[in-house]
Amino acid sequence: MQNAISPALSDLRRSLAEAALRSGPAAAGKVSLGAAEIDAALSGGLERAALHEVYAAGTADLAAATGFALGLALRAAQGEAGDDAARPILWVRQDFVDAETGRLHAPGLNELGLDPGRLLLVRARDALGVLRAGAEGARCPALGAVLIEPWGEPRAFDLTASRRLALAAEDSGVATLLLRVAAAEAPSAARTRWQVVPLASRALEANAPGAPAFALRLLRHRGGVRGDAAEREWRVEWNRDRCAFENRTVFDRSDRLIPRRNDVPPLSRPLVSLSGDGQAAAAGPDSGLRRAG
Amino acid sequence: MQGNALRLADCDRRAVRLGLTRAMTLADARARIPDLVALEAEPQADRAFLDEVAAFCDRFTPLVARDEPHGLTLDVTGCAHLFGGEAGMLDLVRQVMDRSGLSLRAAIAGTPEAARACSRFGPRGIIPPGRDEAVLRLLPVAALEAEPETVIALSRAGLKTLADVAARPSETLSARFGEALAVKLRRILGHEDRRITPLRPPPDCVVERHFPEPFADTASLEAVVVRLIGEAARVLEARGEGGRAFELGFFRSDGTVRRLVIETGRPSRDAKALLRLYRERIETLADPLDPGFGFDAIKLAVPVCEPLNTQQHSLDGRAVEEEAVADLVDRLVTRFGRDRVLRFAAQDTHHPVRAAKALSAAAPMPEAAWPAPEPQEPPARPLQLFEPPQPVEAIAEVPDGPPIRFRWRRLIHDVARAEGPERIAPEWWRDGSDEPMRDYYRVEDAQGRRFWLYRTGFYEAESAPPRWFLHGLFA
Repeated sequence: MQNAISPALSDLRRSLAEAALRSGPAAAGKVSLGAAEIDAALSGGLERAALHEVYAAGTADLAAATGFALGLALRAAQGEAGDDAARPILWVRQDFVDAETGRLHAPGLNELGLDPGRLLLVRARDALGVLRAGAEGARCPALGAVLIEPWGEPRAFDLTASRRLALAAEDSGVATLLLRVAAAEAPSAARTRWQVVPLASRALEANAPGAPAFALRLLRHRGGVRGDAAEREWRVEWNRDRCAFENRTVFDRSDRLIPRRNDVPPLSRPLVSLSGDGQAAAAGPDSGLRRAG
Repeated sequence: MQGNALRLADCDRRAVRLGLTRAMTLADARARIPDLVALEAEPQADRAFLDEVAAFCDRFTPLVARDEPHGLTLDVTGCAHLFGGEAGMLDLVRQVMDRSGLSLRAAIAGTPEAARACSRFGPRGIIPPGRDEAVLRLLPVAALEAEPETVIALSRAGLKTLADVAARPSETLSARFGEALAVKLRRILGHEDRRITPLRPPPDCVVERHFPEPFADTASLEAVVVRLIGEAARVLEARGEGGRAFELGFFRSDGTVRRLVIETGRPSRDAKALLRLYRERIETLADPLDPGFGFDAIKLAVPVCEPLNTQQHSLDGRAVEEEAVADLVDRLVTRFGRDRVLRFAAQDTHHPVRAAKALSAAAPMPEAAWPAPEPQEPPARPLQLFEPPQPVEAIAEVPDGPPIRFRWRRLIHDVARAEGPERIAPEWWRDGSDEPMRDYYRVEDAQGRRFWLYRTGFYEAESAPPRWFLHGLFA
């Protein structure tokens, strides 16, 4: 009897050991965001084989929400072996989103770190089409991520639809991201729900806008989050070169928005000369910083 | 209308019996038969109708050509046995045409010209193989369908039948009446053959089913399609080929033909995947497949075949993944249409709109690498682009500077950070020289939203005042 059981037991032990070996964050099916604090709060990151929702706080915040969702998709599609193993991303968009917030611009995607050659874009006429194409993509395990972008609160996107998407994602292991705009929160089968607001970027030289920055709020997380509600808000920046989010802890509200007047000379001073006033053109020593022209 | 007179373009059988002829003036005809019913000739509509009949005849053979002006030529070589021999086929054609209210003159002969001559001038029906010449020699010279002067000249020379003409040496004939006549004669008598040019290019591979009784229920329809697809897949496999497009023709018993096309991104003969595409296609039809009184034939044609070798799956699974993505593209294209499933191709231009071209994912992708973004730099191009750009009201602090405030969609944005201008000149070789220069600014407002604005025109210029546009949104 003893002898009969032991091979089965040892098999079991071995497979358990193997599972333990693979239990790093990536292998456990988690997509880390790259920002340590968030990853810690989510104990490793977002689950890959699941549905996640990203809400734009308002219509005007859609570009930021899109940027954040794209960042998540890029993290999810990144192969473990490095960038060359990165998988394609399917993006399903309703026509109305294009009309309202502009079409996806491939050079801009490229600038955020997605090689447009890896993107497959489906433009659907209505919400039902978006849902169908999204579900089709979520069932295809060869994809790195699926981004689904309907407009508003279509009836097609009910609890059943979101369960279906979540199940498809669980089966195939494809990260499925639902980007919602002009929609109120509704019950869904999503594993996490994020709200995104754009954040003033860290100014570069001459007060130029810097890398994309977002203020995130984790509205919901199945399985709970460590820490209390106040700790579910983060400020992050997208680092395209590392293909990762970075925490924006060193950040003081006072130093970002209202530039002190003497911080922004390069644009104002020398340009006065163009008005033809020769006196004003006799500018200070830093007129060499003039950028316009 | 000819020479300012209305003339009869054609007459029906009764009119001919009453003595009317083609090209007679309408006034003459009316004088003879006061209650004549004359309709305006519509050659376009006639042609369209003939094309419809041709589409219907597709069920008999894939090679159907128009036989100007009013006929059709069908190449039935090797097809007749499917319909019970040539006699059975001819009967079937006659029955079907009768049912649609068409009168038919048909002949089957060795060459297209011989068949035409027989159906118009001689014994209709089937000319037994090998007896072509004997039968056709008896036809009148009119069967040559030459110019009236030629016909008169021939009959004045005492040549009444084709046999008479053929008895003359061919050289004298071509010297007197031109080479065309000699060729025509040779073709009618079967000394020379010609291939017809079918209306629809013959497909590389065809499988079909004909039914003695038309049927209409969808379940058996699908069963037939499943079998046809399986059969086509086997044929293609035996040839080592795959199809890029599959065309299903549904022939209704009342003569209408409905065709559905399934396209695949790569050559395919995977019956399961094809069937899935077919179901997808059926589901997305704007007007569903209407069986009417039932279908009596279904035909699956593969117009384009390409070599497809059985693949050995590589161990890294990369090829399998690529295949899975290609399958997904096929399904999406079938459901949403070619122009809605897109990939982006890089274009070598500075023009912001033309820098990327959205191409159908079903088409092969041109290899063009995207420029690597500048490391450490923020995005220089927006994530979303408005086309056309949206006009905004903007105030700039200094003439050539970035805006300090602008109003877009009734909201005022205070600019907190800005960079620019980046001057992008129009492509005069495409836009013409009127297109103004654009000065682009990357701008961030007090809430942290990032915009791509541009100005056309200059403040100091005396011409048009500068105008501001919002062209894109950054993440």
